[in-house]
Amino acid sequence: MKLNLKIWRQESKESKGKFVDYSVDNISEEASFLEMLDTLNESLVSKNSVPVAFDHDCREGICGMCSLVINGEPHGPEKATTTCQLHMRHFKDGDTITIEPWRAQAFPVIKDLTTDRSAFDKIMQSGGFVTARTGSAVDANEIPIPKEVADKAMDAAACIGCGACVAACPNASAMLFTGAKVSHLNSLPQGKAEKERRSLLMVQAMDEAGFGGCTNIGACESVCPKSINLDVIAQLNRDYHSSSFKKIMQF
Amino acid sequence: MNLDSKIPEGPLSEKWSNHKFNMRLVNPANRRKYHVIVVGSGLAGSSAAASLAEQGYNVSCFCYQDSPRRAHSIAAQGGINAAKNYQNDGDSVQRLFYDTIKGGDYRSREANVYRLAEVSTKIIDQCVSQGVPFAREYGGLLANRSFGGAQVSRTFYARGQTGQQLLLGAYSSLNRQIGLGKVTMYTRHEMLDVVVVGGHAKGIIVRNLVTGEITRHAADCVVLASGGYGNVFYLSTNAQACNVTATYRAYKRGAGFANPCFTQIHPTCIPVHGEDQAKLTLMSESLRNDGRVWVPKSKELAEKIRSGEINPNSIPEEDRDYYLERKYPSFGNLAPRDISSRSAKEVCDEGRGVASTGLGVYLDFRDAIIRDGEQAIRERYGNLFEMYNRITGENPYQTPMMIFPAVHYTMGGLWVDYNLQSTIPGLFVAGEANFSDHGANRLGASALMQGLADGYFVVPYTVGNYLGELGIAEAGFSNTQEDAFEQVEAEVKQRIDQFMNMKGTRSPRSFHKELGQIIWNYCGMSRNQSGLNEAIEKLQKLKKEFWQNVLVVGKAEELNAELERAGRVADFIEFGELMCRDALMREESCGGHFREEHQTNEGEALRNDSDYAFVGVWEYKGEGQIPVLQKEDLAFENVALATRSYK
Repeated sequence: MKLNLKIWRQESKESKGKFVDYSVDNISEEASFLEMLDTLNESLVSKNSVPVAFDHDCREGICGMCSLVINGEPHGPEKATTTCQLHMRHFKDGDTITIEPWRAQAFPVIKDLTTDRSAFDKIMQSGGFVTARTGSAVDANEIPIPKEVADKAMDAAACIGCGACVAACPNASAMLFTGAKVSHLNSLPQGKAEKERRSLLMVQAMDEAGFGGCTNIGACESVCPKSINLDVIAQLNRDYHSSSFKKIMQF
Repeated sequence: MNLDSKIPEGPLSEKWSNHKFNMRLVNPANRRKYHVIVVGSGLAGSSAAASLAEQGYNVSCFCYQDSPRRAHSIAAQGGINAAKNYQNDGDSVQRLFYDTIKGGDYRSREANVYRLAEVSTKIIDQCVSQGVPFAREYGGLLANRSFGGAQVSRTFYARGQTGQQLLLGAYSSLNRQIGLGKVTMYTRHEMLDVVVVGGHAKGIIVRNLVTGEITRHAADCVVLASGGYGNVFYLSTNAQACNVTATYRAYKRGAGFANPCFTQIHPTCIPVHGEDQAKLTLMSESLRNDGRVWVPKSKELAEKIRSGEINPNSIPEEDRDYYLERKYPSFGNLAPRDISSRSAKEVCDEGRGVASTGLGVYLDFRDAIIRDGEQAIRERYGNLFEMYNRITGENPYQTPMMIFPAVHYTMGGLWVDYNLQSTIPGLFVAGEANFSDHGANRLGASALMQGLADGYFVVPYTVGNYLGELGIAEAGFSNTQEDAFEQVEAEVKQRIDQFMNMKGTRSPRSFHKELGQIIWNYCGMSRNQSGLNEAIEKLQKLKKEFWQNVLVVGKAEELNAELERAGRVADFIEFGELMCRDALMREESCGGHFREEHQTNEGEALRNDSDYAFVGVWEYKGEGQIPVLQKEDLAFENVALATRSYK
């Protein structure tokens, strides 16, 4: 099929970007969206033009490296699907597709469609862990965890840290991302000891990184390629407030 | 080249504990005076960096991705093995050791493999303590599944995302150390060379992928955990940017490269769809627990399926050939990867393949759905089925899945001794980047086990021992003004200038594709002498053309994926030749290495233990020179060499 593309080009963080029109032909329906962009880039290279920079790596929907706002939607039109797993059979011959980077103050553009998401790592470094030094663990079956609890933790732990939730949110809030990690670790017995500390520090790190507040819009949930549920935000709020209260009252 | 494996004395089961006792210790106050570089942030790299920092060493960790959480370990689906025997089905350290040696077709080192099996149980404990949400039973205890090449259930899993959860566990420990200031993390940085000062690895040269800046980093030792080289095939299940550069550069600086021809072709991947394809997707081997592999018995039926004339579900039982169950009744669909892959190739070569290209076989869940119900299958494999549906547009609950082998893992890697130290003192190699534990074929769910064993439980000890031997007077090496740094940096810069100034006509990707075709055709699932000779000739031509005609657009001082690929492909082309030389040298069939000249009458691999029970280690001799083969003889004192039989 033949497609018209409107792609955001921006040389560097400092420079001003703009949309540039391209067209690609002979795209197979079986191809993935990123393979379509590979084809565009190969044709740009053959004309000695600089190809479009975009982040990608595993191309199986798990590393969280790929991004792209496609026709206004982070990761494109398919539900629960990362850009790398989006296939061209979901588009029609002659379609015009607009492709932009994640847009959020905390995710500055590095080049074209590539953004800097290191703010997510900062949040994790502040408390997204269980302090468990190598070699200090008890036997894995020592603490039974009910299946329902383990499953719920796994649902939250499935987050791939791509940042679509931030890109979709009008406030550029990172509550779904942060809530997913807090929910994963705070639900498990192993994470209980640091539950309060974690909740407070991660929210603080999130605010410091320049993410906005949550106003319960829910756009994050609807674009999340791993279907992380808004419940994780509820749990984050609950754990954050109870931890703050305890801290203020010095319990 | 000194290939002393440094295997400790004593009975197999006591080697590791004796060795740990005999190691030098560095006192806690002195540890902060040492600095260690870790390249790579996958399972091995993250766990090593975090554990070393926990011990008190200062660590710099480098990865090419935008976050350490994205390393390709994250894509491992099925699980991680450990000899816990929670299922009470006869598992033990001894059995995991034996299965791994046998699965590797008797081409790995007994002492290393035994240690791997021994520490496997501690890995599960460690991961659970970090909050890794492994699958559990209703009673709250850990669940297990079985995997290829084993008759016990010893695989721990977190849905179909085990690699992700284990990596996020290691990443969380790493993050804690970054937050504490013990690890300095360099993301979007690619190592382009290693620096050897006075015979010891003392640093690396890296490129900042965002600014293009080339910088020198010095340390007391270097740990490479940079993964495997599957992308030499262009199409593989590896992530797009996985590459051989770090290990190949180390090879050129004096580290021996072991068994490069031992590559693993995974039997259950989604078949290729077309020419512009950039990536093959793996479907976890765990699917073979419930899926049955088959093709039609006759060519005619296969043709009708390919043309879309008939639906596979309409083919009656008597016209189906469940070839793995037929050929290997005791292991059936769980036969090891190399055997399953080769069998798939055989039936497709006979013209009985399905998929439009004829290169595919069925993995059918019909019987499992009838037996256990759709809901049970959905719980076990739901996300894998969804993934298959997203890629192919087909519903595997209704139509049998189609699969075909694809390159997945590389058993070969830099040669290391028992301490995971390469032939360059101070250069340690962990995870897929080393050659150590899987012999000629890796068993399913053992890669995650090895990466974490190396990173959590081996490297932190052996690196400490090395640093202790160096002595406190040597601690804190930081002189990047040494001649060696000057010289290596100049070479790195000159190479980049050469790429940028070439102004040829072909893109790096086009060279990569051509390279992949050559390797797949001549050094893939089966190999022969004349083909390998032809491949070497073609690769030499390709290398020549590359260095005259590659086109790298853009600038070197910016984010430039073309320049990155050019560097990686340049190394892959040379490395491909080394792989072919190794395959040519090894006049036997073993594990993933199948030489057509060496097979039994039934078409099974024919090993030659009297002449080839060794590790083939290649020593670099300079540009244009043929590398020299060195051998580490393998002694089997605890396992009797036998022909692998899964019948």
